[in-house]
Amino acid sequence: MQRSNTYVILFSLVLTIILGGLLSLASVGLRPAQKKAEEFAKKRQILSAVLDIEQVPDIVTEYNSRISSYIVNANGETVEQESPAGELLKAEDLDIEKEFKKDPADRLYPVYRFHTEGNPEDIEAYILAMYGKGLWNDIWGYIALATDMNTVVGIVFDHKGETAGLGSRITDKAIQERYKGKKIFDDSGEIASVSMLKGENNKPASIDDHNINGLSGATITAKGVNYMMIDYLNYYLPLIESLKKGEVVAVSMLNTKN
Amino acid sequence: MAETLEKEITKKKSEALLSKRRKKFVLDPLNDDNPITIQVLGICSALAVTTQLKPTLVMAMSVTFVMIFSSLFTSLLRNLIPTRVRIIVQLAIIASFVILVNEVLHAYAYDVYKQLSVFVGLIITNCIVMGRLEAFAMGNKPYDSVLDAFGSAMGYSWIIIAVAFFRELLGSGKLFGFEIFSAIGWSSFPTNGLMVSPVGAFIILGLIIWVQRSKSGYVEQH
Repeated sequence: MQRSNTYVILFSLVLTIILGGLLSLASVGLRPAQKKAEEFAKKRQILSAVLDIEQVPDIVTEYNSRISSYIVNANGETVEQESPAGELLKAEDLDIEKEFKKDPADRLYPVYRFHTEGNPEDIEAYILAMYGKGLWNDIWGYIALATDMNTVVGIVFDHKGETAGLGSRITDKAIQERYKGKKIFDDSGEIASVSMLKGENNKPASIDDHNINGLSGATITAKGVNYMMIDYLNYYLPLIESLKKGEVVAVSMLNTKN
Repeated sequence: MAETLEKEITKKKSEALLSKRRKKFVLDPLNDDNPITIQVLGICSALAVTTQLKPTLVMAMSVTFVMIFSSLFTSLLRNLIPTRVRIIVQLAIIASFVILVNEVLHAYAYDVYKQLSVFVGLIITNCIVMGRLEAFAMGNKPYDSVLDAFGSAMGYSWIIIAVAFFRELLGSGKLFGFEIFSAIGWSSFPTNGLMVSPVGAFIILGLIIWVQRSKSGYVEQH
């Protein structure tokens, strides 16, 4: 049936308005739940750098009682800044992807402190955020350093679009375990980071404090991880040096409670 | 004359909720007219999301939801939709439901949402959905269209779930993330990396098509 142009235009207009209205309603209505889901995923990821996440019964409670956080600038100085909403900007709300696009000297860096269970005064590890490029798209992660600021306690990686089964293996627990106990400084006190070698069956002699087995078939992703780690350890270096000297920033746990 | 007319009307009304004709809408796409293995539609997502069962199941549910509701709405509006812009109208309806699914997953199944990433959005371009709207819902009543959409969605779903079953089992030795081989005491099970890559999906899909066609005797017309 041939309809008039006016009918066609009116029909399209009404349909667009109805569908558009419904979708924006859904979007606004679901926004709080989506934000909660994103925050939960982030907390889960930060915690999994230091804990076996499968054994944690309640991630939010565990996070709130054991993690405190603050923000530093490129010189390692604590920064207190207001968020767009006018509140004090929390490290958890810092968008690392956005920061990554700025010049390293202008970036803000989140610092998460992992406290001993039942003793909020005692710090077990520092968790630092990292962001970089894999083969296809962005990769990111969190590295947990012991209080000597040298030994890796744990690490966690995630990615946007690495090849399934190859590059995406950086999210595997078994691969992340390889970093445990490695050192980020060499004997002369320079950042040496921990790097994945090419391939997966390297001679035991080539595996040491700074080198671990890589990813077969995903050398470029592994290289991306290596660069990301070296870059971010250097960005965090002023902070790491000051923490090494024992200069602990007094941030009350209450600051980060939600 | 009047009597026969009345008879016809009552006869029409009394068509069973699941009459033989209607059962065909649901059952045909499961096997004889399967959207993936016979019509070869929707292959892209069948390859991309089937490395694990959990996201595959969510994908199947999402496609089923989108198909049923877009078919229902298209069918309800079929006499109002101007033929000249019908494809765009169908797309708008499908896209709205897809975005709705995407938003709901973002809120309540964030892990799966991240895993499926663009593939939920790509349901919009899934040929099965548009194909059924254009071929069926535009010319049939709402209830029949819903049945037809449900049938096609199930045809799509069981194939991708079957593919995901074998890919997760052979590729990672797991089912729904559960280490099945370690559980039965075969922890040295050699997982096959090929199954994790899209190539594995092609192979399994090929095997399913082989089994199906050797049973049904279906031959491609040239």
